[in-house]
Amino acid sequence: MIFDIDRETAPREDLEPLQLSRLRHLVERVHANVPFYRRKFEEAGLRPEQIKTLHDLKYLPFTEKQDLRNNYPFGLFAVPKENVVRIHASSGTTGKATVVGYTHRDVRNWAGLMARAFMAAGVNRGDVVHNAYGYGLFTGGLGVHYGAEELGATIVPISGGGTKRQVMLLRDFGPTVLCSTPSYSLFLHEAAQEAGIPFSELPIRVGIFGAEPWSEEMRLDIESKLGLIALDIYGLSEVMGPGVAMECAVAQKGLHIFEDHFLPEIIDPITCEQLPPGATGELVLTTLTKEAQPLIRYRTRDITSLDYVPCRCGRTHVRMSRVKGRSDDMLIIRGVNVFPSQIEALLLETEGLTPHYQLILNRQGAMDTLEVRVEVDEKLFSDEVRHLQRLEGKIQANIKEFLGVTAKVKLVEPRSLTRSEGKAQRIIDQRPKV
Amino acid sequence: MKVEQISIFLENRAGRLTDVTRVLSQAGINIRALSLADTSDFGILRLIVTDHERAKQVLKENGFTVGRTSVVAVEVDDRPGGLHAILELLSNNQINVEYMYAFVQQTGKDAVMIFRFDRTDQAIEILQKNTIRIIPGDELYNL
Repeated sequence: MIFDIDRETAPREDLEPLQLSRLRHLVERVHANVPFYRRKFEEAGLRPEQIKTLHDLKYLPFTEKQDLRNNYPFGLFAVPKENVVRIHASSGTTGKATVVGYTHRDVRNWAGLMARAFMAAGVNRGDVVHNAYGYGLFTGGLGVHYGAEELGATIVPISGGGTKRQVMLLRDFGPTVLCSTPSYSLFLHEAAQEAGIPFSELPIRVGIFGAEPWSEEMRLDIESKLGLIALDIYGLSEVMGPGVAMECAVAQKGLHIFEDHFLPEIIDPITCEQLPPGATGELVLTTLTKEAQPLIRYRTRDITSLDYVPCRCGRTHVRMSRVKGRSDDMLIIRGVNVFPSQIEALLLETEGLTPHYQLILNRQGAMDTLEVRVEVDEKLFSDEVRHLQRLEGKIQANIKEFLGVTAKVKLVEPRSLTRSEGKAQRIIDQRPKV
Repeated sequence: MKVEQISIFLENRAGRLTDVTRVLSQAGINIRALSLADTSDFGILRLIVTDHERAKQVLKENGFTVGRTSVVAVEVDDRPGGLHAILELLSNNQINVEYMYAFVQQTGKDAVMIFRFDRTDQAIEILQKNTIRIIPGDELYNL
């Protein structure tokens, strides 16, 4: 089943003119309404009317996460503030969050795209969706929520955490669809088994998993343990949220990017040159319909490739492969995006000095763990245990508060952290590779 | 009247304590008293040594985080209630003991306790007023 059959199965010769007309409008709009883009266009010596074909996309300037930070909070809005009906934001230390605004139409478009995603997963009216994505500033919870309602399915907005209660509702409400991070689904499975509830006998038949990278091996593991079909969903808050791309249940081979709303490119992250179809590189997205905060050539930093071969599900929209990695040092820990620099900034704020630190990532069962090791120098040191424990607690609380991730903080002796050629090795990621 | 104590941050792993004693032994420094406070992850070793300046220097040279704290060595009557009398006196004067430990040796018939107070100077004043003997550093290091 296809939610928007005309759009999702449109032949390329119909799709591309639509993309071009939307792109040209977009360029005019941001040029007229967003000073940041007007300046960028001027710097590049570019006038909106020079964009005549989709190939001209490559002349447009990129937008980076830092541009969103620099224009914090509302500097990239392309509509008057009173037209913005919702604001989402990523975690971040003070002043470093990335903010995204939505008009009423943006929210409706998003719901429609999420409804497409659900239907691509074989979900329809009559299904019950257990939504364990976090509700709040994070786009996951509400994005999925509105999509399920748009489709006419029943949504259980349980949000993240409270695993025992989740298990109880999985048993009592009989959901047929599970939305969560892939690792949390395995965690739920373990918790259900512990509670004596055989997960594979629950009526759940589809899992829509995203917000963190996962492998084909993990998919097979989830499918066999949980007794469902596991599908990959892609999205990022800067561009919209979940529902930018969705794997179809028919082929289960790549995620359809909803191309009438998002124009994808693959670039070489070093040279920033466009790469030919099929090549692996960094995904760059241009939002074609977003009103409140459209983005031109947003660098997602996600490494993937695009496959334009029509899919046997009938959709013509291009498929991206599962995300293979990042072109920056962003870490994804239990679905939460964390930059090492954010932790460094927090450590700096905590005691006002630059400590040597190291991040150790591991996987315990299905869940990622983060240990932050901090070297104790003479300025941090106290001969009283409670002072040092208070320091550990303070760092831990700050990381939870500002970055939304639970970390174990461990104080270590100076110079005990691995350094290679004098340079500190900040990140040790011992999780299985995707 | 104060005694200089050095403290060392130690990770809880095998051999670290030995590393400290080796460094001190090679530098010819004698340990006069010690206490180890520990948690599941780390420990704090507190030492009174014959030469705290030198001890600190050699330990730092060997990569340890070393702190220095002023503590007070107090003579305690070696009889029932000897320690209690001192603690009661301090408590009545709102002085808090952060930690304490026993000195290895006795002075004559008396025991020696090392105290870390929250208000060191006031504690010394009160103890002296009540004719409780405080052992000065120079005497203690070579006791």
